[in-house]
Amino acid sequence: MSGEKDLEQLKKEAAEKAKAAALAKMKAKEASTEAATDKPMTDEEKAKAKAAAAAKAKAAALAKMKEKEQVEEEPSSSDDTDIAKQKAAAAAKAKAAAAAKAKAAALAKQQGGAEEAPAGDDEKAKAIAAAKAKAAAAAKAKAAALVKQQGGAEEAPAGDDEKAKAIAAAKAKAAAAAKAKAAALAKQQGGAEGTSAGDDEKAKAIAAAKAKAAAAAKAKAAAQGGTAGDDEKAKAIAAAKAKAAAAAAARAKAKPAEEEAPEELVPSPNQPYLDKYVKVIEEHLGKDVLEDFYINNLSKDVPTLVAKPENYYRIAEFLRYNEQLGFNYLSEFHGGDFETHMEVYAHLYSYNNRQSVALKVKIDREKPEVESLSKLWAGANWPECETYDLLGIQFKNHPNLYRIMLGDDWIGHPLRKDYEPYDVEV
Amino acid sequence: MLRTEEMLLNVGPQHPSTHGVFRLVLKIDGEIIKEAKPVIGYLHRGTEKLAENLQYTQIIPYTDRLDYLAAMTNNYVLCHAVETMMDLKIPDRAEYLRVIAMELGRVASHLVWWGTYLLDIGAVSPFLYAFREREMIINMLNELSGARLTFNYMRVGGVKWDAPEGWIEKVDEFIPYMREQLKGYHDLVTGNEIFMNRVKGVGRYTKEDAINYSLSGANLRCTGVKWDLRKDEPYSIYDRFDFDVPVQEGGDAWARYHVRLAELEESLKILEQAVEQFPKEGEILAKVPKIIKAPKGEAYVRIESPRGEIGCYIASDGKKEPYRLKFRRPSFYNLQILPKLLEGENIANLIAILGAIDIVLGEVDG
Amino acid sequence: MVEELLQSQPGLLNFGIFFLLATVLLLVVLGFVTYAILAERKVMGFMQLRQGPNQVGGRWGLLQTVADVLKLLLKEDTIPKLADRPLFILAPVIAFAPAFMVLATIPLTDHLQFADIGVGLLYYIAISGLTTVGVVTGGWASNNKYALLGGMRAAAQMISYEIPLVMSVIGVILFAGSLNLNDIIAAQDEQGWFIIWQPIAFLVFIIASVAELNRTPFDLPEAESELVAGFHVEYSGFRWAFFMLAEYVYLFAMASLTTVLFLGGWLPPFDFLGFIPGAVWFALKFSVVIFFLVWIRVTFPRLRADQLMEFGWKVLLPVALANIFLTALVKELLKLF
Repeated sequence: MSGEKDLEQLKKEAAEKAKAAALAKMKAKEASTEAATDKPMTDEEKAKAKAAAAAKAKAAALAKMKEKEQVEEEPSSSDDTDIAKQKAAAAAKAKAAAAAKAKAAALAKQQGGAEEAPAGDDEKAKAIAAAKAKAAAAAKAKAAALVKQQGGAEEAPAGDDEKAKAIAAAKAKAAAAAKAKAAALAKQQGGAEGTSAGDDEKAKAIAAAKAKAAAAAKAKAAAQGGTAGDDEKAKAIAAAKAKAAAAAAARAKAKPAEEEAPEELVPSPNQPYLDKYVKVIEEHLGKDVLEDFYINNLSKDVPTLVAKPENYYRIAEFLRYNEQLGFNYLSEFHGGDFETHMEVYAHLYSYNNRQSVALKVKIDREKPEVESLSKLWAGANWPECETYDLLGIQFKNHPNLYRIMLGDDWIGHPLRKDYEPYDVEV
Repeated sequence: MLRTEEMLLNVGPQHPSTHGVFRLVLKIDGEIIKEAKPVIGYLHRGTEKLAENLQYTQIIPYTDRLDYLAAMTNNYVLCHAVETMMDLKIPDRAEYLRVIAMELGRVASHLVWWGTYLLDIGAVSPFLYAFREREMIINMLNELSGARLTFNYMRVGGVKWDAPEGWIEKVDEFIPYMREQLKGYHDLVTGNEIFMNRVKGVGRYTKEDAINYSLSGANLRCTGVKWDLRKDEPYSIYDRFDFDVPVQEGGDAWARYHVRLAELEESLKILEQAVEQFPKEGEILAKVPKIIKAPKGEAYVRIESPRGEIGCYIASDGKKEPYRLKFRRPSFYNLQILPKLLEGENIANLIAILGAIDIVLGEVDG
Repeated sequence: MVEELLQSQPGLLNFGIFFLLATVLLLVVLGFVTYAILAERKVMGFMQLRQGPNQVGGRWGLLQTVADVLKLLLKEDTIPKLADRPLFILAPVIAFAPAFMVLATIPLTDHLQFADIGVGLLYYIAISGLTTVGVVTGGWASNNKYALLGGMRAAAQMISYEIPLVMSVIGVILFAGSLNLNDIIAAQDEQGWFIIWQPIAFLVFIIASVAELNRTPFDLPEAESELVAGFHVEYSGFRWAFFMLAEYVYLFAMASLTTVLFLGGWLPPFDFLGFIPGAVWFALKFSVVIFFLVWIRVTFPRLRADQLMEFGWKVLLPVALANIFLTALVKELLKLF
């Protein structure tokens, strides 16, 4: 299936990239050691050299990938060709950008002098920023156009996430396009060899322009390839995003300490789910029912919703009974004493969608009270009794709240942070 | 005028068949149970409160004592939670040792369940056969970790002890032997008319009930839900092994019996593959600091223990002790459905139903 | 020998001899019980991959039961405060006495029989039913819910399985033409053992006898793991030993009845082996039956109370009745040839 092919291609690319990165690091080390013997290098230059090497290696890898893709393009369907073309374009762009950067760094080294280098950095940085801004603007415009074009071809449940994805994709495409343009330009000009730093800027500017054009082309191609399924698009988008992120990372490396490149955090794979949940909840229950929502990166990226105490039961009910969400399994339920407040944590799972979500609510510590979930999930009965027993949280509308663990005549709630054991003798 | 009275019967904390200190207050009318109220908490030892003052490595022996029949999985859930928070990469050899230990523990636990379940039903011999095999497993785990029941074997980042010389070969020899014995068990018990009559149709519940009551493990798979955390949310290196998830449709004790014995079979398959793929050398513990500190935040992980889904929630504020530690104990959740199952049942079926849920009181109370 | 005694004049000497003989039988039976318990434990042990008792009295634990009974004799005699005292004390006696009484009619060899009455088999069946009374009394008098439940279950079970027991034996009576146990053995001498002629009756009889004896798979009344020992939960020390004694003496009686009815009693299997005395043959066949009953105990799980009743009434009884019909048919057919 073409979808799987994309996945495999993606995987291959990722593998190649990793290899390239490792290679690059090695080369960078060698380069730095070599350069060290030549003349004392500042940290910046060392980093630049590393970045340059990395970029070179990446370029090499991307070139290999491009070759492979061109080989594979033959037997693939038209859809694939489009996507492959897109990928190839993106790859080429990235390569080109990397190559350009590398050459620029090498140039800087050649021209020697730590003084020039930072200056060159600044300029380069500014130039890159400008280019990016231009690219971003172009991308946004393109994205809007894309969306309009694809408005008819997209399936009904295209929601916020689709649009967001498309926008992100377009942005990424634009960035990649910028890079590609730079590379192409650099190549055309026979490389930036022998040119000054100013050429770099020019090259970058030209690259940005080219990127715009390329992005436009890609967008058109994507629109024509609208019969491709959402999945494929998503995968292509993901691929592009990944490449963009990689490129951004490389760029970031090229600008050490001085100016931090605007960081692009790799968005969690569950971010779309979180967005979906928040959107659906806000649609049905109104805005402002959730106190907070985020992806818990430490806990296998589970989407976490923090509800406001008055809306807790409604949200839980909604999560349980809504057909789209259908969280019919309560995996965990417990309370915790966080000194300023108490917290109740419920980990829900949906067998139909195979997704988890965590629902938390912060409650008042002096008079801890929440609604009971045992009407929604029968499995919440005993855990709530346990939470009541050990923490003192009262659950309203619970069928039978009793001290399940400690027995009726225990004084105090042990899991509270201010618990003093009551001993008759002491 | 003759009238019958409802009798209050206490299947007391001390009872040969309740698998621990578990009390069931029954209202019976003749032989029919009208209402059953479980009373637990006899074995509550305050593990979670204690853990708030202990470093992570010090909590591991406490996890052993939760589900003492399958202590390896308990060890692992705590280590896995901390490792997930710290985003550690565990060396290969350690992972394989962990998987082998956990699967051996699973086989041992299912053997105990089988033997004691049949003892409750009235057959006195299978108990001894099961324990003969379990003795071999316990001896192997003893060689590996130094203890027969409460292993204290896993550490955050790997395992504590490496496999001694010739240990893997012993595991390798055990697997075909256990297969033979398993065949013998099926011959002896599974086809027995009396046993089938005791167990078929007893303690039946539906898929919706099972999901609603948060059942897990064999209790869930006996209703037709094909769900095993080792396959569906793979942790450790379970995605490298090829094994099946046995599922039955009946939802009664008979189905649970079959699911558990089939699971035993699958564990043997995993063991075989693990022993084959076992790396000849490697580290057994990743590079972790001497005192483990989990990053600030919270995490909840869950894995598949022989009894069901065991989970561990850690809320940490960067210190070397957890701020809040909570174990999601499968037997605690699985036991909730007991009052519902017992309404209207015979007393004789009480034992059959309770045994088929497979609880361990250490876990229920924690 | 006993025949002459029965015919002779009643007098003090006569009575004394009878009493002595009865005591001898009692001692023999007690000796049997001692070693039957040990044998059961040993056989169960070996079937469960372990050895039974092997410490007390040498390598084969020969004095194990003696030590156990001694311990039981020395225990405190506890009677619950709210128990019904007279009934509590009487229950074990009522349970034991019939089990011993039925031994009177069993022909142990061709000369050794205590009472050769014309309706020996009927006497046996009738008296053995009295054990149920003892069990129920024990369950009631203990003033304990578990014991009561156990007692009720036991009563239901034993009564239900008496009927298939008797029905299955009717086939044997048809073939032998008499209720006298000696006649039955004589008939087997002519025709061959009734286990060959009455296989269905044999099966029904064996199953019903296991139920009568309250042994697994029919040991609901004493379900150790369910009702914590059932009807004799409040009995300790020697009273409990009495119940155990009652069970094993009844086992003796049932096994010997099986031997007499189906396995030819003291007859040798083949005539040329007739030089071996009848007592030896009786003992051998008897031991085989006991071994078989122990074997069943080790292997099978327990039946539930309602399943047990269902089985007794809906399966065994119709089969036994069918067997009677079949036997009559076969007998007529045989008469024709």
